[in-house]
Amino acid sequence: MASSCRRPEHTAPPDVFYNEEEAKKYSQNSRMIEIQTQMSERAVELLNLPEGQPCFLLDVGCGSGLSGDYLSEEGHYWVGVDISNAMLDVALDREVEGDLLLGDMGQGMPFRPGTFDGCISISALQWLCNADKRTHSPPKRLYTFFTTLYSSLSRGSRAVFQLYPENSEQLELITSQAMRAGFSGGMVVDYPNSSKAKKFFLCLFAGVTGVLPKGLGSETSDKAVSNQVQYSGQRCRFKNMKGKSAKKGRDWILEKKERRRRQGREVRADTKYTGRQRRPHF
Amino acid sequence: MKLLTHNMLTSHVKGVTKGFPLLIKATEVKVNEVEFNSQFVSRMIPKLEWGALVQAAEELGHRQDLPGELVPNYETNEDFLKKVHRVLLEVEVVEGCLQCPESGREFPISRGIPNMLLNEDEV
Repeated sequence: MASSCRRPEHTAPPDVFYNEEEAKKYSQNSRMIEIQTQMSERAVELLNLPEGQPCFLLDVGCGSGLSGDYLSEEGHYWVGVDISNAMLDVALDREVEGDLLLGDMGQGMPFRPGTFDGCISISALQWLCNADKRTHSPPKRLYTFFTTLYSSLSRGSRAVFQLYPENSEQLELITSQAMRAGFSGGMVVDYPNSSKAKKFFLCLFAGVTGVLPKGLGSETSDKAVSNQVQYSGQRCRFKNMKGKSAKKGRDWILEKKERRRRQGREVRADTKYTGRQRRPHF
Repeated sequence: MKLLTHNMLTSHVKGVTKGFPLLIKATEVKVNEVEFNSQFVSRMIPKLEWGALVQAAEELGHRQDLPGELVPNYETNEDFLKKVHRVLLEVEVVEGCLQCPESGREFPISRGIPNMLLNEDEV
């Protein structure tokens, strides 16, 4: 399979894949650092922590502690769990503020009930869907992880997982095991219209049912009525163009800007100057 | 490993029901200064197992004058909160191991990171 080379889960188990060389990237590659920090920012936003209160959080798959750095910046205290020794060594070298543990999420979280005010995890959960050893059973490992996590969270807190699901079956497996463990909640998808900026967040509530937050850049998709095709002026749009270029009008520009905005790109605000003709030059 | 983390850690070896508190066998302990945040410390106190914290501090020789019983109205007692802060966040175990009180399983600590990985037959 050509596509399988692009997914690190398919190459090796996490404790082998994240070796010294791979771990080094997480402290040196500025693009990787930026993406990780952005995702942690969004994950913390989805956690919806009480304002101005230092919280005690769990970071599952903390790796080199990039997400933890953001938590410390926000004034929170955290404990990180990771399976890769090399990544934790990088975290030690970077002198992160949180406490670190070497552990396997599939073996359960070894914490007392009600310990944490929330849990975040950046790009880690999909690793659980692979059986790396003969004894591994992904559904069972997911279930162990979610049940132990559920008990270690305080009532009313949330757990937010950013993940890269491989396919819809995998997503279904993850969410169904989370629900079996007692969590409520679901998926929040940011920028569903963009292939690059699209991000999946599994947002789980422990104890209480809450309202699932909206994904970024998905405003327009809410308007659609389910099971019904929306009337779109698509066909009549070009009828009364008659000789004019379709790509020069103000409408076209506004539409294109809207499209780019939905993809999560940086777009200038619409003003009265947008798409206006310039003065004539000789 | 900070004592705050130790106070929350349990053993998750198969068959163990409580697995708390883990016994600390430290060979190297250091004190690392951390900024004091009274709000966080007073928020964490109700979550702590006080007896286990005092016992752990005693084992490491950093108990100093930490009272054996929780002080009433600790939210306003800054002096007490500072003592708790010191034990919770500043005292760190660097080398040693943690032992499960029920199964006797030992979890080694190296460079301040406890290894909580289980063998296949312990899951």
